[in-house]
Parts: sequence; structure tokens; C-alpha cells
Amino acid sequence: MKSLKNLLLASSFCLLPAVAQTLDPSALLKPLGDDWPTYSGDYTSSRYSRLSQINQSNVKHLTLAWASRFTAGPGAGGGGRGGRGFGFGPPVIIGGEGAGDTNAAGGFGGGTSIKASVLKVEDTLYFSTPDNAWAVDARDGHELWHYFWKTRGGTHIGNRGLGMWHNWLYMETPDDYLVCLDARTGKEKWHVEIADFNLQYFSTMAPIVVGNHILVGTGDDLDEPGFLQARDPETGALQWKWYSVPLKKGEKGMESWGDVDTASHGGGNVWIPGAYDPETHLYIFGTGNPSPAYTNPPGRNGDNLYTCSIVAVNVDTGKMQWYYQTSPHDTHDSDSTETPVLTDIQVNGRSRKVVLHASRNGYYFTLDRLTGERIVSSQFSDSVNWAKGFNEKGQPVRNPLKDSTVAGSLVSPNNGGATNWPPPAYSPDTGLFYVQQNDAYAMYYLTETDPRGAMGLGGKEEDGVGTLGSYLTAIDPKTGKIAWRHRYPGTGGGLGPGLLTTAGKLLFGGDMGGNLVAYDPANGKPLWHSHLGQVSNAPQTYSLDGHQYLLVAAGDTLYSFTLE
Amino acid sequence: MVRSKRVFTALCVLALSIQAQTPPPQPAGGRGGRGGGGGGGGFAASYPQHEQADESTIERGRALYGVNCAFCHGSDIRGGEGGPNLMRSQVVLNDKKGETIAPVVQNGRPDAGMPKINLTMTQIADVAAFLHSFRVSGYDASRNRPPSILVGDAKAGESYFRSKCASCHSVTGDLKGIGAKFEDPKQLQNFIVMPGGGRGGFGGPGPQSNVPPATVTVTLANNQKVEGRLGRVDDFIVTLTQADGTPRTFRRDGDSPKVEIHDPLAAHRNLLRVYTDDDIHNLTSYLVTVK
Repeated sequence: MKSLKNLLLASSFCLLPAVAQTLDPSALLKPLGDDWPTYSGDYTSSRYSRLSQINQSNVKHLTLAWASRFTAGPGAGGGGRGGRGFGFGPPVIIGGEGAGDTNAAGGFGGGTSIKASVLKVEDTLYFSTPDNAWAVDARDGHELWHYFWKTRGGTHIGNRGLGMWHNWLYMETPDDYLVCLDARTGKEKWHVEIADFNLQYFSTMAPIVVGNHILVGTGDDLDEPGFLQARDPETGALQWKWYSVPLKKGEKGMESWGDVDTASHGGGNVWIPGAYDPETHLYIFGTGNPSPAYTNPPGRNGDNLYTCSIVAVNVDTGKMQWYYQTSPHDTHDSDSTETPVLTDIQVNGRSRKVVLHASRNGYYFTLDRLTGERIVSSQFSDSVNWAKGFNEKGQPVRNPLKDSTVAGSLVSPNNGGATNWPPPAYSPDTGLFYVQQNDAYAMYYLTETDPRGAMGLGGKEEDGVGTLGSYLTAIDPKTGKIAWRHRYPGTGGGLGPGLLTTAGKLLFGGDMGGNLVAYDPANGKPLWHSHLGQVSNAPQTYSLDGHQYLLVAAGDTLYSFTLE
Repeated sequence: MVRSKRVFTALCVLALSIQAQTPPPQPAGGRGGRGGGGGGGGFAASYPQHEQADESTIERGRALYGVNCAFCHGSDIRGGEGGPNLMRSQVVLNDKKGETIAPVVQNGRPDAGMPKINLTMTQIADVAAFLHSFRVSGYDASRNRPPSILVGDAKAGESYFRSKCASCHSVTGDLKGIGAKFEDPKQLQNFIVMPGGGRGGFGGPGPQSNVPPATVTVTLANNQKVEGRLGRVDDFIVTLTQADGTPRTFRRDGDSPKVEIHDPLAAHRNLLRVYTDDDIHNLTSYLVTVK
């Protein structure tokens, strides 16, 4: 028995992947092609792939190349099992500062749900769920290694993916560590604390690699200041930290708060990756809601900079170059973290370098990406009623009557938002920006009438009262007008998953019925679908051995399609 | 009854399926009875909480805090006349037994207007024990005891009902005794806005609604019509359950077969754009009197 075990162990070592993938940071400067080396595929965040082997003429012939199921947790093994017959799996590497009894079952409540972007470098895929990271063979989906982090706790709402620098991977954990893993083996090189867990920070963002900076963001469940920080890829040491809110008297932005104490606890968390402009060295991203989110203590008097804003920070210095606030003095948790897209478009006969952004609050913006100047703003969700028009800067103006009230306010969007973190896409072929939309309403009741009382997301009760519909929506960034909308049939609502568009004249997304769908990006007509169950991340594409693949997650399973 | 329960469940699932960084709200029902520093639980339970001292230490701390600190920081430690909220203070959150609080107490913060306070280390440890007796969370359902939501004008509500609702509803017919069916007027109000939707209020989800389910008519190529309760519908499939309980599934190719959805709540959905908050409050204040 023992010798058999040794034999198996030996053969399992033979099966260890001879992975030699490495990613030079300069590769990230290229437009999206065969690989998918960063959260949005490339720095523009347009999720537009030049690959066109799969295209309108042959999309009907997409067929499943492989499907692979993953189990979070310490003892798992998974992904492509069943073909071997010996009962031993790929290596599971265990790290973490917790006791290991909190997340041993693999997750909090919901089991394994893959919301992450999957990195694809050469012939390997890398992805994550809270506390878990995997490397997978891109040809057949079999698991190469699995890393499991024993947590101290924290909000386990999702993990948006990994970052990669040379042969190192970076993962944020819900209990506020940045973990560096060897991409070849999954073995941990180091982990560093990135936020104070006692202050109820939690970390879900996909780290973004720019040159020798690892950009890291966090969330928070209490009233604490949001920040973006840069870390050294080799050591994890802090390079700089940019706070979303002013912390001290005299700091820029303090004039937009009622008092220093509230400002310095004012939120504005950075929890979704942004885009990067290599010409200007500006990292452009969105910040979250002010805190407390739903109430108006005197300390919040003002616009509450730089919460609910699109912000451009120089990656070398960590200094803010410009900002544009999309929800001045937000009172509905309308994060502006939805990924901004960078592109160049012709506006009024002039070529403009722009940022495109559809916000959770139901408004769309085209900004100048050098200055932050607003070029276009428009309302993309018909039902939105929390604002009463635009001011001279094109910002929606909050209607205080639609704040949470004791007697109840009927407000649209609901807390889920007119849109949310699922990534939008932009096609230079059609010139259209694509976004998921939900026109839902909720009754917002103020439950904390003491202005000192509410913290974080507390102080209100939100009761959903239905939706007028959910849509896949195409917006013309030159005008902010709706080019087309595809309504998801039925009476229910919800917000669809993220999007991908390609040079094959295709737009991939998921509907409310659990289908992965290919649409015509010119008009939203469905061209192909496969019923997988609710798509849980944004579809992606890569090329390997001369074949284009379409990759998507639905719950605990990755599916890879190719042409037959 | 089974049908209406399904509708209710579906609407609840819908309400919870938000995709956001925001954790799902805690259910409000059945939580109101907690007192003191309770109301934590849920996801907040996965954050570190302070070690609890024994009751007598906390009491000594409470007394010292009341005399020396409460005027500025509030008796509930959430801030007061000039003093900041201590529950979310980084100094307090990182403190264990007074060691990080002590320098602030003993030296004061002259720049922020806080005087030195003459307390011994033992006394500061007692004050710390009192501060740490509060559960740290953005959510504290024990605080959610707002005054009544009934601020509307019942008379105006009655005339609104007559002009806008009476074509479908009657307070002597389908809505007979409606005001007595809900423990919390908030539940009644949510029910008015979207019957079967909207959770909330203290005391549970309220009575089951008698809202009929959405139905669908599928007209096949041979003009045969198939009708039933709507299951799932997307661009590619429609599923329904016929009156005799038989489930049916039809493939969809564009406009074929013809699919017509009958949404019994369509009128309520259309009103979402039309109502003012005053209309809603007035209606609630009126219907709560229909007992």
C-alpha cells in the first residue's frame, strides 16, 4: 500500500505543470489580443477584442471545448477531475492568518461563485474567488494548482480577479491582505496587510499592474476613509496611498464637507479596477459612496469630495490630476466605481481623448481624459427620479425629497443601481458603449432619525417594489443618446452580467434567463446562445493554438467555447 | 394560496439578487426586539469585535464616561456636542484595554479642542471596557425605531383612491378590512405600491397577498393557443404551467410562436412613474383606516 502511495506521489510530481508563463508589464500596453493579462483585458477597459475567428457568420457553430467545475476550500481538488482514475488531485497550497475554521466550507453561504475576470497568459488561466486562487490549463480546463487562504473574516461578497507581474500573481483577501503567489506553482512568496481589519475594511478588487506598481483598492463596512494604494511588486512595500476624502483641516476637498471628523470617515471606497492611460501615466477610476451612505448629518453638508467621482491619479506619484463627481452629495449608495472606458472619438469634428462611464445612479458621462472636463452627460435609465436635472457642469442635482424619509420615498434606481460593477464594453467598430441596465424602484425609509446615529450603510430600510424592466443598452458616447435597447422579456428585473465585444462583430453577455448570448452589436439582435445558468462574470475571449475561445463563468464552473 | 406565495417568493428573490458591493440588507422583520448594543450579526459578525469585560467593570466605565466624556461624545458614544463618534474612531477600534485611548485622554487634543482629562490608567481601562461593550457595526437594528410613517392626509388619500384606484379596487370588496391585515403601516404602504412586493416593517413580512400570478398565452403556428402561469421567459424559451398542472416549454425563434404575457401588476408598475410620495403617504393614511 505504501509503495503504491509513493508511486502515485511520484507520478503526481511528474504531472506537475511545467508552467513557465511570465508576463512582462509592457505586454499590458498592447490592445487586447491572444491573451487576457489584466482585469479588463487591456488598459482601455473597453473589453473589445481584435480576435475575429469567431464572428457573425460562424457564431452559430460555437461548441463547448470544455467545462470545469471548482470547489473553494482547503481540501478541494477539482476542475477536470474524472479523467484520471487515481483519486489524487492537483496541489492545494494553504496560507492565511486565520484559524482556518471560518471558511473551510469554501465560502460564506453561497458556495463557489466566480465573479472574477480570468487572466489568460500563454496557455494558462488564473482566477479567484474570495480566499481562493486557481491556475488552470487553457486547453482543457484541468486544474494545475489551487491556493486557499485561511481567513480572519470580513465581507466575502466576491473577488474580482488577480493581477500578474512577470511570474508573480497578486490576490486581495477579504481580511485585507495582498498575497503574492508564484504563478508556476501557486506557492506563496509573501503577504502584506493592506488595510486595518479592525476598522472593518474588506478587500475584493483585482490588483492592477502598471509598470512596477501594483494598484490595490479596498471596501469598508463602517465609516472609514477609502483609498487607493500602490505596492512594490517584489516586496509588497507601500509606494503611495491616495485617499478619496480629505483627512485634515486645510486639505483640498475639505470645503465640500461640514466638518473634519465626518470627512475623514467619509468613505469613497475604491473596489473596482479602473483604466490606465500610458500617455499621461494617469490611472482613471471611480470612487464609492460617501459614508454614512443614507443620512445627512451636518458633517456631510456639501458635495463630499471625492466620493462618487471619476478620478485620475498619476501612477508614479499617487497625486490626483483631476476629478469629476458624478453624484454630488450622494444619499443612495450610488458608487461611481463602474469601470470607466478610455478611447478616442470625434466630437463636433474634433478628435477627443475621452473617458466613458455609466454610473450606478442612472447617468452616463463622456469626459475629457486629460482634464476631466465633461463633454456629454445624459440620463440612460428612464425611471431614475432621485435627481432634478443637471447643473452647469452636467452633474445630476440631487432632489433632497428623494432621500430616505421616515414616511418613505419611492426612488429609482433601487440599491442595486441602474447599473453596477458588471463591466461595460465599447466597440470602436460601432462607436457604441454597451451597458446593462435595470429600471427598478424601491421604497427608502429612514430608520435612524438621530443625525449622529447612522454609520456605514445603516440608518435606512429599503424595500424593493418592482421594476419597469431590464435591458442591454447601447449608448452613443458622442451624444449620450440611446442607440438601441434590448429588453429582457418577462416581468422580473435584475441586472445582467458584464459584457465583451469583438472585431467579429459580436457582443457577448448574459440574460435574465441564465443564457450566455451573442448579440449583434449594431442592433442588439440575439445571434447565438447557450443556457448555462446565471452567468456570473463578464465573458472573455482568448486565442490558443490558432483557435479562438469564448470563456465565461456561471457559478462554480468555467465554460470555454470554440468553433467546431 | 400556493400561487400567491410563489409570486411573493419570486419578488423577494428579485429584490435580493442585487449585484453590488453593498452587502444585502439585513432582514428587518423580527429584529426589532433587541435592546442594548445588539443588532449585529449577519456579515458584520465576521469582523473583529472587542473582548467583553465583566459587568461591574463596564458599569464603572459607564459612570466615569457619563461624568467625563458623554457631554462631548454622546451617551451612546456616537458623538455629541463637538466631540466625534467614538464607535468608529480608529483609536478606539484598535484599542484593547485602554492602552491606545490613554494618551489621548491624558494629553488631550488641544488642536481639536479636547482638554486633558484627569483619569488614572485603571479608570481609563474601565472607560475602555464601557466603549468596547458596544457592538461595532454600520447596522444596528436596535436603533431602527422610527416614529410612525403615517404622515399623510387620509381625506386626500380617500379622494385619490376614488379617482385612481376604484376602477380596479373597492374597500368593501377586494380591499375589505385591508387596514387591519398589516401589523406595520410600512407593510401596508409597500403593499399598496406593489402588492406582493416589498418586504420590511417590523413584525414579519405581512399577510400573503392574493395577487394572481403572471400568465402567458402562446399561439402556435397552427393557431392553437396554450395558456398558463408564466414560468421562465427569455429570448429563446418560454415555460408555463397549464391550469391542470401540466408544465409546457416552447422554443422561441424571434416572433414565432407568438408570446403574450399578461402581467396582473402592470397597472401598478405603470403607476411607479406617476405616483408622488404624497399620493402614496395619503393613500396609506386612508387605507390604514379601512378596518
